[in-house]
Amino acid sequence: MAVGNGKEIVIAVRDLVVGFGDHIVLDHVDLDVYRGEILGFVGGSGAGKSVLMRTIIGLLPRRAGKIAVLGVDSAAASDAEWTAVERRWGVLFQQGALFSSLSVRENLQFPIREYLELSEELLNELAVAKLEMVGLDASVLDKFPAELSGGMTKRVALARALALDPEIVFLDEPTSGLDPIGAGDFDELIATLQRTLGLTVFMVTHDLDSLHTVCDRIAVLADHKVIAAGTMETMLASEHPWLKAYFRGKRSRAGQAAEAARP
Amino acid sequence: MTDTLLEVSADGGRLKLTGTGAWTAKNARRLEASIAAEAQRGGAINAVNIDMAKIERLDTFGAWLLERLVRSFSARGCATKVEGLNENYRALVDEVHGVKLEKPAAYRPNRIASGLAAIGKSASAATEVFAAFVNMLGAIGIALGRVAAHPRRFRFTSMVHQLDNVGWRGVPIMLLITFLVGCIIAQQGIFHFSKFGADIYVVDMVGILVLRELGVLIVCIMVAGRSGSAYTAELGSMKMREEIDALQTMGFDPIEVLILPRVLALVIGVPILTFMGSLAALYGGGLVCWLYGGIDPDIFLQRLHEAISIDHFEVGIIKAPFMALVIGVVASMEGLNVKGSAESLGLQTTASVVESIFLVIVLDGLFAIFFASIGM
Repeated sequence: MAVGNGKEIVIAVRDLVVGFGDHIVLDHVDLDVYRGEILGFVGGSGAGKSVLMRTIIGLLPRRAGKIAVLGVDSAAASDAEWTAVERRWGVLFQQGALFSSLSVRENLQFPIREYLELSEELLNELAVAKLEMVGLDASVLDKFPAELSGGMTKRVALARALALDPEIVFLDEPTSGLDPIGAGDFDELIATLQRTLGLTVFMVTHDLDSLHTVCDRIAVLADHKVIAAGTMETMLASEHPWLKAYFRGKRSRAGQAAEAARP
Repeated sequence: MTDTLLEVSADGGRLKLTGTGAWTAKNARRLEASIAAEAQRGGAINAVNIDMAKIERLDTFGAWLLERLVRSFSARGCATKVEGLNENYRALVDEVHGVKLEKPAAYRPNRIASGLAAIGKSASAATEVFAAFVNMLGAIGIALGRVAAHPRRFRFTSMVHQLDNVGWRGVPIMLLITFLVGCIIAQQGIFHFSKFGADIYVVDMVGILVLRELGVLIVCIMVAGRSGSAYTAELGSMKMREEIDALQTMGFDPIEVLILPRVLALVIGVPILTFMGSLAALYGGGLVCWLYGGIDPDIFLQRLHEAISIDHFEVGIIKAPFMALVIGVVASMEGLNVKGSAESLGLQTTASVVESIFLVIVLDGLFAIFFASIGM
């Protein structure tokens, strides 16, 4: 398996080009995600963050370039090999994407039931265990997605993404639509689960607080490329105009601190 | 992989279990079986040691099964201890340790009682459907009244758009189907009437049947399946995505904006389709009479002229707008009944088609009685 900076690379994106018609969204993008880190992926609205995520997980076709997940090249792999890789990741979609005609219990058990032959009793116990891990309890088991609040939907969707104990979790704007307290709790939850389960987290986000509190590393997408990847300190030190505007702008902590320090 | 996951050594009242291999999702099935076997082990056991030092990997599945093992021995009053657990897995094992299982269902419902309850529920659902139908009819009536008072509020463009969907785009398939039905009726008529030399009466049969009943019925059944279902699905998905709530908060009446143009488009479109469909069916009938029955088109037309009167045509065409109204009302009502899930959208769409076809046929029966009693 590929190794960079002494750490194992679980997702390697090389020279990736993705476009729709005449419009090129990603132009020769390179990105590494290391095992056991929480990578925050930021960029302006419409810059193509979700496009990159959806291309990595195979929902969008690419024009050129290479994507290797867990050491398996998506273009070279057979269907069976790729399905085996798909089992090792979980995806939290922006709107949750819970199956609306299945109850919470059935949603959580769906991937487990499909891949493993477990007893009904164990399936039920695991559903409760997964729910408790994301901070809910057995009382929501028989509710339907339409009956859940936004925060609960995100939590149940996260529990479903974790159903098969994946190694990598993709989160598409996990805290969008949550109040600051709920978003903070959710960040905390992601960090806890990452530690407990040893996950690698790829998080598309807009939330500066998430970037500060939980992300080990940040990658920035602008002008159709990944213009920077590194820790928060690297981002704050950068002189790139977009990075300056994003991380040191009015709404950022650094920006607010500077505002407060002004005499 | 058939290596053991759990090694056992018993020493009097002490039981020593040693976990080995990968306690992961992949092995969960086998692990569950061996854990169940140990948990039911007979004999007096007062202390259990679980050695986890040799575990290669542990995930949520394995952690939960370990927790289950501990719980089952603790419930028997044994002193249970987990030893040698890798520090990396400590957090996970602690996490599942706190899981509180759901309480098992308190009672199992009686089969006869739940059967009776199901009958009762569907009976009350039927009355609810009737109430909802009357409700929607009333709401459309009120909206129509409001629009009649302020004609500029009427969404004419929307109605024309719907008329295009329901009427114009439906013409080819309606013509084809009514034409084929006309052909089949004529063929059957000729085949059976010729046995007693009454071939020519097939013209009477085709003419009366098509104009009074078949034209309008076939068209309405097709419209219910084609446009009624589309209305329900459209309104239902708007309901699911809160678009209807959005309209309401902006001060619009969804009935006036969405439903009235659709229902009016049906009320205008269905009689036109019925007229065209009846012509196509007569044409089909005439064609079969000529090619299969040897009745010349001239003779067919002359006989048709004698057999039918304007009454027959009126009976058919008067029914059309009423049936269209029923289809529109049912489709709108079921559309607004859609709840949050994709499944419910499917259920309401099915219900919309089934109910509107049923009501169209019931209405046809009522009209038959009415026209018979006024001698038309």
